[in-house]
Amino acid sequence: MKILFKTLSFSIGLTLVFSLLTYLLPQIKGEAPVEKQVDLGSLTMDDFVALGEDLFSNKGTCTLCHKPPPLGRAPDIQGEDMVALSIERLADERYRGEAKDAAGYILESMLDPSKYVVATWGKKGSNDSESPMPVIDKAPIELSSMEMDAITAYLQAKDGNEVTVALPTAEAAAEVAAAPAGGSAAAPAPAATADEAMAKYACLTCHAMDSKDTLVGPGLVDVGERLTPEEIRESILDPNAVLVEGFPPAMPADFGTKMTVNELQMIVNFLAEKKG
Amino acid sequence: MHGNLARMFTMSLLLTLLFLGITAPVQAADPGVGDIADRIAPVGRVQLTGQPPLEVESEAAAQEAEAAEPMAAPRPARSDYPDIGVSSRAIVWVLAQLHLFFGALVLAVPLFVLIIELVGLFTGDERYDDMAHEFMKISLTGFSITAIFGGSLALALFMLYPDFMAYMMRVFGAQWLVYAGLFFFESFFLYTYYYGWNAFRYGNLKWVHLSLGLMLNASGLTIMVLANSWATFMMAPSGVNEVGAVVGNIWEVMKGPLWNPINLHRFIANIAFGGAVVGAYAAFKFLSSSDPEKRAHYDWMGYTSNFIAILAFLPLPFAGYWLMAEIYAYSQQMGITAMGGILAWLFILQAVLIGTILLAGNFYLWAGMSRTDGSERYKWLVKFIALILVVTFLIWITPHTLMLSASEIAQLGGTHHSILGPLGIMPAKNIAVNLMLIVTFLSFQLYRRSDKVATVRWAPVGNALMVAIYVVAIANIIFLGVYYGYFTNTVYKVGSSVAQVASTLVVIISGIIIDALMFKNAKTLPSHWGRIPDRAQYALFALPIAFTWLMGLMGYVRSSVKTHWHVYTVMKDNSPDNFIPTIAYAGNMITLVTVLFLLCLLFMFWVANLSETRQVKPVAAGESA
Repeated sequence: MKILFKTLSFSIGLTLVFSLLTYLLPQIKGEAPVEKQVDLGSLTMDDFVALGEDLFSNKGTCTLCHKPPPLGRAPDIQGEDMVALSIERLADERYRGEAKDAAGYILESMLDPSKYVVATWGKKGSNDSESPMPVIDKAPIELSSMEMDAITAYLQAKDGNEVTVALPTAEAAAEVAAAPAGGSAAAPAPAATADEAMAKYACLTCHAMDSKDTLVGPGLVDVGERLTPEEIRESILDPNAVLVEGFPPAMPADFGTKMTVNELQMIVNFLAEKKG
Repeated sequence: MHGNLARMFTMSLLLTLLFLGITAPVQAADPGVGDIADRIAPVGRVQLTGQPPLEVESEAAAQEAEAAEPMAAPRPARSDYPDIGVSSRAIVWVLAQLHLFFGALVLAVPLFVLIIELVGLFTGDERYDDMAHEFMKISLTGFSITAIFGGSLALALFMLYPDFMAYMMRVFGAQWLVYAGLFFFESFFLYTYYYGWNAFRYGNLKWVHLSLGLMLNASGLTIMVLANSWATFMMAPSGVNEVGAVVGNIWEVMKGPLWNPINLHRFIANIAFGGAVVGAYAAFKFLSSSDPEKRAHYDWMGYTSNFIAILAFLPLPFAGYWLMAEIYAYSQQMGITAMGGILAWLFILQAVLIGTILLAGNFYLWAGMSRTDGSERYKWLVKFIALILVVTFLIWITPHTLMLSASEIAQLGGTHHSILGPLGIMPAKNIAVNLMLIVTFLSFQLYRRSDKVATVRWAPVGNALMVAIYVVAIANIIFLGVYYGYFTNTVYKVGSSVAQVASTLVVIISGIIIDALMFKNAKTLPSHWGRIPDRAQYALFALPIAFTWLMGLMGYVRSSVKTHWHVYTVMKDNSPDNFIPTIAYAGNMITLVTVLFLLCLLFMFWVANLSETRQVKPVAAGESA
């Protein structure tokens, strides 16, 4: 019994020592992101910039990676003048995006970070052609367009640059509010049929399905005869790889990241059967 | 006897026929409702002569189409979570952790029991066989305790997180039934393996017994990897699209990027954990006994358990490294949340716990050297090993960032101390942890050598080679850590740690090979089992306590990197507990589950020893005179 008491006391004592150590460390609680109410009627640009700074450090989780060297795993954008850098990068031959100004560049870097990867910060083995940064309007971060604008405003304002982002309008706020609870407009339910999928991605806006008539893109009534299923898939995922003669490169190139595997397959199957 | 059997059989047959006789008219008596189509529709292909075929497929096709439509993950609101007045997370936390502790134990013990049994077979030393049997005996109740906590956990999850569990059921589908089915196999092999131990002890029957053990381990490991796939799916979902609808088959769902790293990590950690727990049992029996023979037996048992625990523990950091590398590759954000964000402080505790394990393991080996007279040759090295362990341990627990007041920052001249600051970042810790592992292996190697004298002619060359490997590896680890850690950027820093780990592995593997060759047919010095100070046994208690706490801590980190998601990126956690609690709260929870585990273990050991106890027949009052 004495041995039991001694060994049990030793074991529980050691457990309590470990427990005690936890009280010596900083007591931080990690709250889940909370939706903030913004009063658009009284919102000033200073408020909007402050909102951007808050989003940058909290909900956006930007500071997890964008830290000063040597701790950072991404460029220290808080320590650099992003407006001046944006203009330099837009002129860089490695830039593959479509932005025309600093605000556009900053927004684009959140939505499609691989358009320009700062040297030495690319994914391992990608030769700085692919960014390890997550897409900010998708899970798990899911910032709305208004929130991304606020971050852009903050990154412009922090170095004394002019803020070129407009304050949010009531329409924009309504759009954000209409997004499904707990998610953004970037995560709609997947389509169940080819028709639904084509409606979801607005294929019919540019392509006629029942004739060879040209709207913006070529008519697709006989596309199954002209192209193999593999070529159809490629023309959706990488529309600029092969262009039909006389057509401009107007088709969006991001279907590969937006469509689910099922949706893409349903559209390919549907089009492959269209043989005039 | 035979007459009774025949009567029972006849009675059973009659009862079966009677039951069939009653049920048949009941079924036939149902006249059916609706028209003929309704009545024959379930049969599907029956057609009446002269009538057109029945259109029964349209509804089935509609149902099939509905079932095939991919369903997104649910998005429960806060009100969808049942509120029972206490934290749902705390309940699930305790039950899950206790289930995992016992699950780890009962998966690990049969694994090393099988190996010990094999050693007994090949060496012909029956002590191994008896010890293996004793290990099984003391963990037998653990299987029931695991099942009890597993069942309670499942009930708690279905009650407290119904939407989440409904989603998991949908994603994993029939895999749940396979999981449940495997318990029948495991139970069959467990009981035949344990109770058949003495019945299948020699000759070909021994191989039957070993095969039963192998099948027991195969069922157990399959159960573990299936359960792991749920945890890794929650961390890094695969086989589903961005809204959580299932688009892949069950294999694609299971085989996420973190599945195999977790499988390997848990497999190795379970062995170390199991070894440590049965070591504590041996230590308790050693301390409670005054019989020299029993003390010698339990000393040997404690040594073997410690050997298993430390040997399995040495490669564990590398498995952990692979897991973290895969987490970073899957989501840099998730990796940084663990290692550089809100959970980073927990790694200071991890350092303290691993330091405790290494110090206790080393101390036990040094104390165990007193069993042999030949250990005098190596004892002078112990103080240097102890010094290296303490210095590297202190470097490992040095935090990088300190919570400072403004006046403290002014005194320091910055937010980081000029000497302690650089010691707080990963390169310094990588050097420290690799050196700790190397000197622990050195302790182990010295202990193994202490009762032997090499007789091969090339022994001096072998020793020189071993020393050279230690020196080069240590120099390489320090150089890589300092040069690439402080004078180049992060990319090289991470890459260099792989080379550091390789250096440590080279020492361990070459040490095992050189010693195996050099001490083949060596002269053996006498060992005196039982000749070890009592205080050394407390190291065998420190090990399982630190292991248990460490498992609780790292399990908490693994689960918390998902932050406010049930299933990362596809199903949000909107429950009232969707925040990461403070470190002290987590520490209290881990201490609670550790103490509960300790109490359950005591019960398990007590029950195991109960079978050895036989009450003395009470003597009647009249007989005593």
